[in-house]
Amino acid sequence: MKVGVVTFPGSLDDVDAQRAVRVGGHEAVALWHGEHDLRGVDAVILPGGFSYGDYLRCGAISRFSPVMAEVIEAAGKGMPVLGICNGFQILCESHLLPGALIRNDHRKFVCRDQRLRIENVDTPWTSAYAAGAEITVPLKNGEGGFVADEATLDRLEGEGRVVARYLDHNPNGSLRDIAGITNERGNVVGLMPHPEHAVESLTGPGTEGLGFFTSLVERVLA
Amino acid sequence: MPKPEILDPQGKAVLGALPRLGFTGVTDVRQGKRFELEVEGELTEEVLEQVREMAATLLSNPVIEDFTVAVETTPAAVETVS
Repeated sequence: MKVGVVTFPGSLDDVDAQRAVRVGGHEAVALWHGEHDLRGVDAVILPGGFSYGDYLRCGAISRFSPVMAEVIEAAGKGMPVLGICNGFQILCESHLLPGALIRNDHRKFVCRDQRLRIENVDTPWTSAYAAGAEITVPLKNGEGGFVADEATLDRLEGEGRVVARYLDHNPNGSLRDIAGITNERGNVVGLMPHPEHAVESLTGPGTEGLGFFTSLVERVLA
Repeated sequence: MPKPEILDPQGKAVLGALPRLGFTGVTDVRQGKRFELEVEGELTEEVLEQVREMAATLLSNPVIEDFTVAVETTPAAVETVS
C-alpha cells in the first residue's frame, strides 16, 4: 500500500515514520503541508514534532493547512489515518477525534520507554496485534495529557474506542490512562506514544511498535 | 480561558511560586490567553460576529477553553474618529 506521511513546518518524526512504513512493508510517500494533494495514497500518517512551533495550541495552525483539507475529506470517506503525538493533537484540533491534549500534569517534558496495552485491534492500524497485547514504545511529549468531558470518556470506553492505554505509570496525566483513541468509524487513530521509534532492534526499546505499520496489509489480505 | 474543569498546569505553577515570593492568600490561579485584534473600518455587529467566529474556530479550542469578546477603542482610533 502507498502510505503518505505529511511534513509540516516543525515536524520531527516524518522521516522515522516513513522508514517505519517501509519496514512495515509499504511504500512511503512524502506529503507536503502546503499542497492540496494526497498523491494517490491509501493511508496517511501525521507524524510527531512541533508543527508551527506549537504556537497558539499544539496542532491548531496545522489543522488549517491545505493538505489537512484533503486529509479530513479522505478520513470522512474511510481512509485510514494515524496521528502520532503532534499528529494526535492535529487530529483532535481537526475534530476528527474527540477531546484534546493539554500540558502534562507534572509540567515537565517526558521521554521514556512506555508500556501500553492495545485494547482495540479492529482498527486498520492495530489489527496485527492480539487483543490486550502489551507493548513498549518510546513516549516523548510536553503536552500529552488527554482530556475530554466525562460523557465523552464514558462513550469512548463504552464503544471500545480506547485503542491504547498506559500501563504501570500514567506519564502525563491523561484521563483514564488513555494513550490512544479512534473515531466512530474506526479508521482514524490518534496515539501519543511513538510506535515508529520501535520498529528495529538496533534503535529503540524493541520492535513492538511495528504492528502499527504491518496492520494495514493484513487488513487488505483479510 | 481553560474551562473550569480542565487542569491548568501553568496556573498551578504560578500559584506555587507566589508564596515563595512572600505573596500569601491566593487560593487559585488560572492562566489564559488574550488576543488583541485590530480591524479595518467600523466595528459593526457583522464584524464582531466574524471575530466571534475567529475565536471559536482558531483562537480558542472550545473543547477545553471558553472565550469572551470585548471591544476596546484605542486612543489612535479615537483620534481618527474625531
